[in-house]
Amino acid sequence: MSEALIFDAVRTPRGKGKRGSLHSVKPVALAAGVLRALSERNSLDTSAVDDVVFGVVSPLGEQGGDIARTAVLAAGWDQRPAGVQLNRFCASGLESVNLAAAKVASGFEDLVVAGGVESMSRVPMGSDGGAWAIDPATNFDLSFVPQGVSADLIATLEGFSRTDVDAWAARSHARAFEAQKDGRFERSVVPVIDQNGTVVLKEDETIRPESTVESLGRLKPSFQFHGDLGYDTVAIDRYPTVERINHVHTPGNSSQIVDGAAAMLIGSEAAGRALGLTARARIVSVAVVGTEPTIMLTGPAPSARKALDKAGLSVEDIDLFEVNEAFSSVVLKFLRDMDIPEDKVNVNGGAIALGHPLGATGCMILGTLLDELERRDLRRGLATLCVGGGMGIATIIERV
Amino acid sequence: MPFHYDKDSDGIVTLTMDMSGSANVMNLEYRDLMGEAVSRLEGDEITGVIITSAKKTFFAGGDLNVLIAITPENASQALEGVEELKSQLRRLEKLGKPVVAAINGSALGGGFEIALASHRRIVLNDNSIRVGLPEATLGLLPGGGGVTRMVRLLGVQKALPLLMEGKQLRPERALQAGVVHQLVETREELISEARAWILANPAPVQPWDVQGAGVPDLKFGDPNSYGLLGAAPAVLRKKSHGAYPAPEKIMATAVEGAYVDFDTALKIEGRYFLELASGQVSKNMITAFWFNLNEVNGRASSTGKRVAKLGVLGAGMMGAGIAEVSAKAGIEVVLKDVTLEAAQKGAGGLEGVKPTDSDDDLAGCDLIIEAVFENRELKNKVLGAAEAQALPDAVIASNTSTLPITGLATAVPDAERFIGLHFFSPVPKMRLVEIIRGERTSEETLQRALDYVRQIGKTPIVVNDSRGFYTSRTFGTYVVEAISMLAEGVAPALIENVARKAGMAVGPLAVSDEVTLSLQLKIHDQTVADDPSLVSDSAAYDLIREMVGLGRAGKSTGAGFYEYPSDGSKKFLWPELTTRYVKADAGVSEQDVRDRLLFVQALESVRCLDEGVLTSVADANIGSIFGFGFAPWSGGTLQFINSYGVQAFVERADYLADTYGERFRPPASLRERDKF
Repeated sequence: MSEALIFDAVRTPRGKGKRGSLHSVKPVALAAGVLRALSERNSLDTSAVDDVVFGVVSPLGEQGGDIARTAVLAAGWDQRPAGVQLNRFCASGLESVNLAAAKVASGFEDLVVAGGVESMSRVPMGSDGGAWAIDPATNFDLSFVPQGVSADLIATLEGFSRTDVDAWAARSHARAFEAQKDGRFERSVVPVIDQNGTVVLKEDETIRPESTVESLGRLKPSFQFHGDLGYDTVAIDRYPTVERINHVHTPGNSSQIVDGAAAMLIGSEAAGRALGLTARARIVSVAVVGTEPTIMLTGPAPSARKALDKAGLSVEDIDLFEVNEAFSSVVLKFLRDMDIPEDKVNVNGGAIALGHPLGATGCMILGTLLDELERRDLRRGLATLCVGGGMGIATIIERV
Repeated sequence: MPFHYDKDSDGIVTLTMDMSGSANVMNLEYRDLMGEAVSRLEGDEITGVIITSAKKTFFAGGDLNVLIAITPENASQALEGVEELKSQLRRLEKLGKPVVAAINGSALGGGFEIALASHRRIVLNDNSIRVGLPEATLGLLPGGGGVTRMVRLLGVQKALPLLMEGKQLRPERALQAGVVHQLVETREELISEARAWILANPAPVQPWDVQGAGVPDLKFGDPNSYGLLGAAPAVLRKKSHGAYPAPEKIMATAVEGAYVDFDTALKIEGRYFLELASGQVSKNMITAFWFNLNEVNGRASSTGKRVAKLGVLGAGMMGAGIAEVSAKAGIEVVLKDVTLEAAQKGAGGLEGVKPTDSDDDLAGCDLIIEAVFENRELKNKVLGAAEAQALPDAVIASNTSTLPITGLATAVPDAERFIGLHFFSPVPKMRLVEIIRGERTSEETLQRALDYVRQIGKTPIVVNDSRGFYTSRTFGTYVVEAISMLAEGVAPALIENVARKAGMAVGPLAVSDEVTLSLQLKIHDQTVADDPSLVSDSAAYDLIREMVGLGRAGKSTGAGFYEYPSDGSKKFLWPELTTRYVKADAGVSEQDVRDRLLFVQALESVRCLDEGVLTSVADANIGSIFGFGFAPWSGGTLQFINSYGVQAFVERADYLADTYGERFRPPASLRERDKF
């Protein structure tokens, strides 16, 4: 067994959907871009990389066909690194990290790039279908509902009001704004450039510091329509103590639909030494769990506990948390379930302010966590995401 | 009796289906006849085929005696049979010669599947004819290619509503829906138009056999279809709460079949058909909606007497409804109330209904139905006065839902002519009438009551006199059980949601609000006054008394278990119910809530049967479904016990009795039974 060490992490800025700067950039260009940035700034001999593991949630069209291998070649890397695309829905980016870590820790491979890409503006979410949603018999038997209805169900069961969820959203924007102003994202963010060397986007373009509980409170619920169609009945039949679903989530307190990519270099100590790389952190433990699929988004706490148990740690041993802000209620439930203070969680904002490029997000938030642990000179951090289909994922890192 | 095979000089074969029973049905005889016919057609020199029927109907559908006997054990054998039927129809439509269905009478189920396998469907434009695929209403799907052909003919979005609801269409509507091609006005035209079409179209190809054809609105990998595909099961659940497998499997058949070729789609259809046919819900629904319903409807019409003139006493909602349905059936109706104004309001200007405030207008009535307030003295008074005016042998009936008939019968001189006719609200919509035989009601009176119910096109059940008769008494247990659970601390939303999931039409607390809590209390107090031994659940009535005391007597008072916002927005459960009654540790699981609500009604039905209030299983099942909305998937209160398995039901009831009270203790008669 060798330790899985993180040597570096990069990500693109997040572009804001169809009206955003990255809509003109194809997914393979985003993916190749982060690979190129990673190899350039580490003067990496890319032939030493065993594999590139990339998460993509809608792997079809120009984003399909094992984009990881395609990106290796498109980036002009040595032909020897292989490439694999994986899909664990919203956790794909962190699953890539965990799989890369497992490859290294097992000793089967020595140096692996983990990451992910998603151009949600070019390849819309859900465009790959899937039996869970579009096969009627499966959908019916599994009580499928869209995630937004699940998020609203969590808020209903936990008693989170519209004000509660909007307040978290406003905080996400305020924190992200401060972080950006303070240059806290600069260590990881690499600009997206076109084939002529022109910068397309150099920082996240999604932050709205002017958001307040009051302004957010004016937005219409996003999932009332879906609920009325029949999805509320599906949810209530599964949770029959609920009389009606309180639809509190809006575009303002849910993760933004964005484009972006991320990559992280993970390897053994020996591989690092051979290539002259300095380790920044080690991966302490990882966990995935399955949870009830209709409420779907309650996986973060059980996955975090599982990772803590595996590492023999307690909640108090973790200095900072990154919880993906798929929806406000997911974070609020995590805070309640784990009984942790707000000032340890998403201290530089989250996906409500910064966006959630599905295949890449997990890798991005782990990078953000590592940067902030270094900035504050703290030791351990835990990143977690809720996952479609009723799953949760967590990764604990420790600076070295 | 055969399929007559007549070839004319043009080479057109008329295949006239004339099976041995009263109607053409899909059974073993059909399989042999159709098999022979198709083989002969294949070997013959022909120009085309006209398929028609020698019976009143074109074809009645599947043989339900055969279908109800399909079990998981004999399923593979059944599948062989179904595959053979489909293969015959496939050969027919691929003869290379035009096949025309000349639909001279109703073509339902398997009958319409034969028509779908024809290249052209011509229907006699007679309003009594129905065409379509009603299998879903019996918990089945059209397994003779019906789903596959309809989906390819119309597209998923147009076909699914027809299939999932099991719609039977009049000819005009069928033409509009695109499931038939042409209507004709006479039987002669039916044949002449069929001949003309054959001569003009010598080698037609079914739309699904055209190269490259698929399902018009559903292609593999089209992301535009995903939103609808994802939502369709949810839309269905909003209606069915998952209690009805047939529409689910029809949707699955349609969608899974859409991505593959026609013959593979037929295989998928066959698998889902067999799953439904061997499953319990189709057994339940066939039992209730075919065998039981035929039994209760078959009882009517033996006296040959029809009601010519009806007197309705009381022009409230019930009286007005009875007047309306009777007038629409061609009966002369006199609607009497205390004032002419009230009578006029009830009559609503309806043709054939004469409003009056005078008993004199009741002269010549051969049936009187009283529908005044539930007050003995008032009923006695109006019944006595009306009886005096009506014909000497008139049947005198009361629409009471609570007062014993035997007692009311004393209002008239001849109790043998007195009977209960319990209608349900709203009368025009509810198809059931509960006929209550008093102790002295004569057989002749009962027969005439049955004939009247038949005359107005409703479904009768016959019960003997008892407090609350069958329907009110049994339904009452549902409502009281729910309120008992609330008193025990069970969350009201859980009670209401689980009731709907169990297939009940309306949540018990919502119903309680509709009936009004004060009325329930009044009936209860009257019952206790009459016979204190009849009360078993005081916790529920204590709660009702408290609610009434709080000014929350039900919907009509603006507040009950629910709040009724004055702006007309949707009602919601009174939040204080939670703080007043709900206990976090009430300890009643969802499964127990469900079973308590269903078992309590099933057990009361068993008692009604034991006591002779009910005299047949069919009355129990039909009365429960059509009278008070007992879970139709279950086939009714007693079929519910069959489907649970009588001994398993007894065990579960014993558990409920041990845990929640003796009202769940199964009667001795039940312990001895194998099935109802």
